Amino acid sequence: MDNKSEKLINIKVNGDEKSVPEGMNVDELLDYFKVKKQAAVVEHNRKVLRQKENKDVQVLEGDVIEIVRFVGGG
Amino acid sequence: MNEDVAVKVGKYEFNSRLFVGTGKYDTFELMRDSLAASGTELVTFVVRRVNIDKPDEESLLDYVDREKYTWLPNTAGCKTVDEVVRTAYLSREAAKSDLIKVEVIPDPETLLPDVVGSIEATKVLADEGFTVMTYTTGDPIIAGKLIDAGAAAVMPLASPIGSGQGFVDYTYINIIIKRYGGVVPIVVDAGLGVPSDAAQAMELGADAVLINTAIAKANNPIKMAQAMKLGVEAGRMAFLAGRMEKKQFASASTPTEGMVK
Repeated sequence: MDNKSEKLINIKVNGDEKSVPEGMNVDELLDYFKVKKQAAVVEHNRKVLRQKENKDVQVLEGDVIEIVRFVGGG
Repeated sequence: MNEDVAVKVGKYEFNSRLFVGTGKYDTFELMRDSLAASGTELVTFVVRRVNIDKPDEESLLDYVDREKYTWLPNTAGCKTVDEVVRTAYLSREAAKSDLIKVEVIPDPETLLPDVVGSIEATKVLADEGFTVMTYTTGDPIIAGKLIDAGAAAVMPLASPIGSGQGFVDYTYINIIIKRYGGVVPIVVDAGLGVPSDAAQAMELGADAVLINTAIAKANNPIKMAQAMKLGVEAGRMAFLAGRMEKKQFASASTPTEGMVK
């Protein structure tokens, strides 16, 4: 989290507007929201990320992010 | 069961012809125990948004052992081809598997599949290397088009999802099985309510059935899962045994010769 600053940026997460610290990558964002990372998959600006890519993708102002996991269903 | 072959969906093989959904269970533990009682080898579920406000919620996957079950993500809730394709990509990454059940269901009252959209979504995903099992109506023409689009399995509904009505009319599913049963597996999905429904599907020659509500909403899901297992086995055994001919009139079982008069 070397680049984490006090400045907040506005992003959309799962349909909701959120303000989060600037300078995080997607992996850090999942930690920030305390999401269980093993089960979660992220779509970043309509692109599905491989889980191992999460730390390579920066979260920027205006990003639209979907964080999903499996639930029961037919 | 020893004399039977496995049902093959693409490169995946299953000895159990009962596939099971994971929705509507009261608890994860009950679901886990019902899956075990069913003897299933293929379990289906869906991706949904993580609740950011409650990130500690238990995960379904903790209760679906990957060593025991093949995971089948599905696109339940998707109304359009675009949504289905997006969900499929998310599911592929989450499951690390190319197996997907395509459901394109725009109408919440009927939960009928949009068959035109289903054909399109099947083609897009099959071309991208997915092993696609497609939920559809009992229309043989659509079944043929799904196979042409690359479906690895065709899944015609018996009756409305979650209705437990069993078969309303199996005339056309019968035709799907006769025409395409040797081409791809035909998996009767949706609306089955009791083991005799499942047995009936297998007696018609279906390769497998997919059951969710009938087990999850039974008074005793674990027992019902076990009953469904037996129903599927009985139906499959009957199909392999070859049923007697149905006759319009009576035909005596006992010889009349040698009767004392």
